[in-house]
Amino acid sequence: MVQPMLQVDGVTMKFGSLVANNRVTFHVNKGEIVGLIGPNGAGKTTLFNCISGFYTPTEGRVVFRGTDITGMKPHLICKLGLTRTFQIVKPLKEMTVKENIMTGAFLHVNTRREAEESADEILEMTHLHDKRDQLAGSLTIADKKRLEVARALATRPDMLMLDEPMAGLNQTEVKEVMELCVSLKENGLTLMIVEHIMEGIMPIADRVVVLNAGEKIAEDVPEVVVNDENVIKAYLGERYHAQSKKS
Amino acid sequence: MVIIRDILRDQKKGIAALLVLIGLLPFIIQDNNFRHVMIMFVLFAALGQAWNIITGYAGQTSFGHAAFFGIGAYASTVLLWKFDVSPWIGMLVGGIIASLVACVVSYPCFKLSGHYFAIATLAIGEIMLQLFVSWEYVEGATGIMLPIKEKGLLNMQFHPANKLPYFYIIYLLFVLIVSIAYIIERSKMGFYLKAIRENPDAAMAIGIDTTKYKLYAMAVSAFLTAIVGSFYAQYVMYIDPFMVFALRISMQIVLLTVLGGLGNIFGPIIGSAILIFLSQYTRIILGGTGKGVDLILFGLLVVVMACYQPNGIVGLFRKFVTKRRREVGVHGTADVAG
Repeated sequence: MVQPMLQVDGVTMKFGSLVANNRVTFHVNKGEIVGLIGPNGAGKTTLFNCISGFYTPTEGRVVFRGTDITGMKPHLICKLGLTRTFQIVKPLKEMTVKENIMTGAFLHVNTRREAEESADEILEMTHLHDKRDQLAGSLTIADKKRLEVARALATRPDMLMLDEPMAGLNQTEVKEVMELCVSLKENGLTLMIVEHIMEGIMPIADRVVVLNAGEKIAEDVPEVVVNDENVIKAYLGERYHAQSKKS
Repeated sequence: MVIIRDILRDQKKGIAALLVLIGLLPFIIQDNNFRHVMIMFVLFAALGQAWNIITGYAGQTSFGHAAFFGIGAYASTVLLWKFDVSPWIGMLVGGIIASLVACVVSYPCFKLSGHYFAIATLAIGEIMLQLFVSWEYVEGATGIMLPIKEKGLLNMQFHPANKLPYFYIIYLLFVLIVSIAYIIERSKMGFYLKAIRENPDAAMAIGIDTTKYKLYAMAVSAFLTAIVGSFYAQYVMYIDPFMVFALRISMQIVLLTVLGGLGNIFGPIIGSAILIFLSQYTRIILGGTGKGVDLILFGLLVVVMACYQPNGIVGLFRKFVTKRRREVGVHGTADVAG
């Protein structure tokens, strides 16, 4: 059997008596786009933090390309080739767009020139070239989200974890993010995307994992997941589910 | 204004021009009093520059830099006084000790964020003061009179009426510190420090070992602060804990850099120019009655700056230049339309 890129094995995260994630198990294969969806408060971002090292899970294991990364520091996980973005964007405000991306690029290069070259490539790829000299703090929300992805890409990851890259964007902008994700996949990247916007994630995901109240309730290709009884129940509530059955 | 615009556009040339100007002034103006003021100005500009590395770039506010200044002063003094070691070597030893102390005490403090780190550094400065006050080996609160040695560069002692050699020693240290700050600012380390300042979580997520880089910045900053401390001891020839570990020194470093502009090479130079000339000349003009007038004026300036232009005087210039550029741009298009 081919080893998966990322293996999440029975991850439980408790904050005091609150169980944010309960024995979540799934995997991501190389070259896939996996969507992670679920209603508000389902524990998606907590799971993200557990995988990327910002939290140490109470129980369970996270394995990235055969290395156990459970409880490892975030910067070491990034060095291994697994980079994340944040739902609430975190631009380096007082630095320009290009400097933001260069900061990411410095993970693998040491000289300014190399970092600039690497940043230019990514500016081109993410269509931020025109805004390269603007301060990151002055960008629109759509561009900040794009910069978030661009800076993560500059660390040359093998796998990218995006936390709601489409939230708060208009339809055209959502399309652009979708196109970017697909082009990244074509370039050989593995992606895991947390997303609320179904029209954004369903068409591009190879598989979808659904969380509800901290537990995994479904995992399948998008077409199957949208018709799954448990998923509909979680998203639309019991009553609507009962009505839809009657009709 | 054109000069200022060019300086802001081409930082390297601007810094070089400013350094040359500062270096020539005491050579041209042969007034001993003025030379003393220049020495103090360059000394505090150097301290501000060193402090800027940890606070301006890495965003970790330190209110305890007098601790490193004092360690530098005491290290070279004790070595000269007890062991007859050249102050130049004492300077290096002081720098290394200060670096080590900085790393040891700030490692646990880096776990604290924001204001808590600042408060911890404040405490470290005070702890150092108390330690040296009650440490008999270094004469405690009595302080140390530096022994008179043969005059010359080796012992860093010159005829007291000749301030020029002292000026050029601190000037060279200042140029060294400015160069180091400039190199750091433009290198990988500068980018990483700024990322840590702007957003520690984002920095971690793109693979930056935040603790390691903060420690690097602290070590460099403490080293540079200590070597200036060693020079100070040689210059005034007498030190006691209340002089070199004074909270006043920590605060002056903070205030002058904040006034000039945090996280910018020009900031500490401009800030020190204002603070030191203000304090030295009010003292000369007003004498004993004018004690503290300089700090009142300076405090007022800092308050006004903090309210209206938090980026300091450098920020003020920058705003002015971008505004002018925009105006010129508007006129340009109007001409085309006309």
